[in-house]
Amino acid sequence: MLIKRRPDIASSEITARGLYLSRRAFIAGGAALTLGPSRATAAAETPPAEPLAAKPSPTFRVDDPPTKFESATTYNNFYEFGVDKADPSIYGARLRPRPWTVRVEGLCARPKTYDLDELLRLVPLEERVYRLRCVEGWSMVIPWIGFPLASLIKRVEPTGKARFVEFTTLYDPAQFPGQKKNLISFSSLEWPYAEGLRLDEALHPLTLLTFGMYGHVLPHQNGAPVRVVVPWKYGFKSAKSIVRIRFVTERPQTTWEKAAPNEYGFYSNVNPTVDHPRWSQATERRIGDFRRRPTLMFNGYADQVASLYAGMDLRKDF
Amino acid sequence: MSRSARVALKSVVWTACLLPLLMLLLKFWADDLGANPISYATNVLGDTTLRILLASLTLTPLRLLFGISWQMSLRRLLGLFAFSYAVLHFTVWVVVDQFFNWPGMLADIRKRPYITVGMLALTLLVPLAATSTTRMVKRLGGLNWRRLHRLVYVAGVAAILHFSWLAKKGRNDPYLYATILAALLGVRGWHRVARALGKRRVVALGAPSTPKRVAGAP
Repeated sequence: MLIKRRPDIASSEITARGLYLSRRAFIAGGAALTLGPSRATAAAETPPAEPLAAKPSPTFRVDDPPTKFESATTYNNFYEFGVDKADPSIYGARLRPRPWTVRVEGLCARPKTYDLDELLRLVPLEERVYRLRCVEGWSMVIPWIGFPLASLIKRVEPTGKARFVEFTTLYDPAQFPGQKKNLISFSSLEWPYAEGLRLDEALHPLTLLTFGMYGHVLPHQNGAPVRVVVPWKYGFKSAKSIVRIRFVTERPQTTWEKAAPNEYGFYSNVNPTVDHPRWSQATERRIGDFRRRPTLMFNGYADQVASLYAGMDLRKDF
Repeated sequence: MSRSARVALKSVVWTACLLPLLMLLLKFWADDLGANPISYATNVLGDTTLRILLASLTLTPLRLLFGISWQMSLRRLLGLFAFSYAVLHFTVWVVVDQFFNWPGMLADIRKRPYITVGMLALTLLVPLAATSTTRMVKRLGGLNWRRLHRLVYVAGVAAILHFSWLAKKGRNDPYLYATILAALLGVRGWHRVARALGKRRVVALGAPSTPKRVAGAP
């Protein structure tokens, strides 16, 4: 991580939103010829994004150029909307991110249901540029907006028994078509999506409670209206569209752990030396690049987080 | 089938088979392959291979079930298109995705079961494509040719395994393809069993011979 002048990402590298939306509508129109009308209308409904002011963090930013906004918002894994990368941007409009509350509960002295607006005013927002490494072997660089999750956690005062934090994503098949079960989509994850962190991981200054990206509120397909970002772990560890944060003693079972325990461990730290059972994790393709690049230990955040795992066998606790 | 009907049928199949490639090239020229173009192209080519391969395996069951045979003339065309898409899929992997990283690819073929079966499927299709000409059918003789081309069943199973083993949980299309393949192979199996049983009965009744098989039908 470098302490740097803020790179200029606002205008030149990012396709103008209007142009990009009209392009999407055009693509959807073309797709409609072959795929039927539903996709085209879904894309046309994408609501305009609201700007979200935040102070750029001088310390939490990487040198790499940010991924194009269009890529970061059309190439997503968010199975609640569907399993294809384009599904979240196509069906994202169905999500209603307001009104929204987050229940913070479990082993803490001051459990509370936070309204989204209250959360947004809790601590000043900052913009941080993080690497994002997907377990599938691709990566992005995203300017997120939020504040350290620790700021929220400290307010609710977890008790001495709290050792893990569990995150729960909204369950509502009306808003998340991927949560519907029917004859065609019989194979699916268990809903609601559950993720978890050890308390010290959740309290780590890198762990960001996130409300926006690229200077705007989170697009629906990126986990609106509130998500976490844990940059040294594979992307699926960063729960999206969170409705509940709970402090527990026992390690929570996560959705992907339940789906394939030998493939997606609780820790899922980015680690080039521990392969996914089916593919190598040694390299990744940065979205926008042609050649693959070596994957960095803890996604390049080893200096900050390696001490969390001192003495652990990362092959066993993958 | 009349000559004009045959030409029309083949034109339709040619168009349908070329369309995915054409769409891919158009999107490439329009810089519209999405955020991860390499992955997109690989997936489209692989998916098209599976679809055409399954389509080619549908022709015989149609004959066995409904007694129609006009579609049998499409076997070579569909088979060669499936092979071509498989080669393109493989080429994108070698040239664009791995960029001729031979040690890395060999390690993957050895170590990653989904890549191992994928290579197996492609390898099995090579002799089938090589013996697809009329001259090769004649040189091998109908019976040998038919035996050799039963390899397509193994290739089909390997190709579907390749897809199922690489797909993440939550996807339904691998199950869909596997079900279709199982049904297509099931019809053949059921037909074989039924015929064998029928033959035994005929023999038991002292009939002089069994009906001749339709030429070129694996």
